[in-house]
Amino acid sequence: MAVTLEKIPGQEERVILSMGPQHPSTHGVLRLVLELDGETVIRSLFDIGYLHTGFEKSFEDKTYSQGITLTDRMDYLAPLSNNLAYCLAIEKLLELEIPPKAQWARVLLTELTRVGSHLVWLGTHAIDIGAMSMFLYCFREREEILRIFEMVSGQRMMTSYFRVGGLALEPPLGWLDRVKKIVDRFPERVDEYEALLTKNPIWLRRTQGVGTISAEDAIAVGLSGPSLRGSGVDWDLRKKQPYSSYDKFNFNVPTRPEGDVYARYLVRVAEIRESLKIVRQAMEGMPEGPIKANAPHIVLPDRESMKTSIEALIYHFKIVTEGFHPPVGEVYQAIESPRGELGIYMVSDGSPKPFRCHVRAPSFANLQGLAKMMEGRLIADAVACIGSIDVVLGEIDR
Amino acid sequence: MSVDLENHAALKKLRAFDPDAVEDVQAFRGELTLFIRSTKLRRAAEFLRDDPELSFDFLADLTAVDHYPNEPRFEAVYHLLSIKTAQRLRLKVRLPGDDPRVESMLPVWPAANAYEREVFDLFGIQFENHPFLRRILLPEDWEGHPLRKDYPVQGNITRWP
Repeated sequence: MAVTLEKIPGQEERVILSMGPQHPSTHGVLRLVLELDGETVIRSLFDIGYLHTGFEKSFEDKTYSQGITLTDRMDYLAPLSNNLAYCLAIEKLLELEIPPKAQWARVLLTELTRVGSHLVWLGTHAIDIGAMSMFLYCFREREEILRIFEMVSGQRMMTSYFRVGGLALEPPLGWLDRVKKIVDRFPERVDEYEALLTKNPIWLRRTQGVGTISAEDAIAVGLSGPSLRGSGVDWDLRKKQPYSSYDKFNFNVPTRPEGDVYARYLVRVAEIRESLKIVRQAMEGMPEGPIKANAPHIVLPDRESMKTSIEALIYHFKIVTEGFHPPVGEVYQAIESPRGELGIYMVSDGSPKPFRCHVRAPSFANLQGLAKMMEGRLIADAVACIGSIDVVLGEIDR
Repeated sequence: MSVDLENHAALKKLRAFDPDAVEDVQAFRGELTLFIRSTKLRRAAEFLRDDPELSFDFLADLTAVDHYPNEPRFEAVYHLLSIKTAQRLRLKVRLPGDDPRVESMLPVWPAANAYEREVFDLFGIQFENHPFLRRILLPEDWEGHPLRKDYPVQGNITRWP
């Protein structure tokens, strides 16, 4: 923290400007150090760590199941995606087989998370550039999605709904009807957003040709997710390395070749539509059956069997007091979170707590693309660039 | 999910390129880990990136693991990804406990910039030739490296003067 840029000798007329950390358009506590020539950004540097909470150290002090609650708090706009990556990593260590109903519910809920996260991005990105009303529209719809999360998990945001081996609870009756309401109504809403922005001349002037990054540069600095697809790279982990039975769903991966702020905007808006398609498929094809894997030494038993079976009671006691012991080894599990490749690197030494749990946060890598995007652009465009890579500081600082 | 160690393209090619580079191989849950000698890392990395069939052009992640009190204490862990072939590969470099240092991979994968600063910050591993190796998450005047195993979870409790 508190880094700054050194002035280059002979360029004394340039101004070093500190932007943030309390700046409304930095989406949290991101501080940028900009070297300006007039209003043009020559160089830039990001300064992070204001939200550093030591999650990776905390993981090592908690059992595998306890760690799930921490993952929500990293990327607080997409808690279920984080839950999923963390659980998948442990399930890969344990080689657990997850029943289809749990997998379908996971896909449905993570796609709703993606829609919700993109809505926050769209609202805040638009408000940064000056389209005030978008914010209200987006948050209205996001609330409906959060109500579904509240319905299934009891929490709007810090859901912790996915557990190692399946889901925490059986979803309540009638939840799919609520989902159906959203899925039926939503495409019109997306049309509304696009009517406000996609052909709006002010929006086009502020975003087209701004913050351009080529595909080679994007790959080199580690961009992923919509920011990479906005540069024309057809890369989506849901297609390329399918997890949680994404290979059984039919959807497209939107890409745009331009690599500017407008391209990233179009990719994300198209992604909202694709996610809704996946949600509809998951809703209509939701299989029947158990929501937890058949692994009594790992998955908590349900309340009823605890009262009637001594084995279930013993397992419950063992899992809660001690935890379970995965085999010695290490895995890396990556998923396509709303922001890009969210990877969990989990090292197990056979004890009930992770020996090391590292989070590959997509925003952390995406932030490195920012310097390239802002170079040579006006300072007002810097705001558009920050918005277009959709950073979440909770995940960057961890 | 098992890895065919003898016929794995990356391993076979890297061994043919430099027989000394790979000191150890591990496969677990379908993931291949190559232990690279720290002196050979730069050349091996460039080879893996530039070989047209492998083309590991995307450095997905860079982190470290502390095996305190065992020696060699640290492992630097590189997660590579090939956008072209959708393959993943993990490289590891073993580093000693006193004065752990390894060459910066910034010239090979520019993405390593912030990752290496993070590992330096939290583990205290030096990355040689990194142009701006400063703490990134913690304050500049922080003492110690929190992700080391000999650093207590609750932190070093200091008294207010």
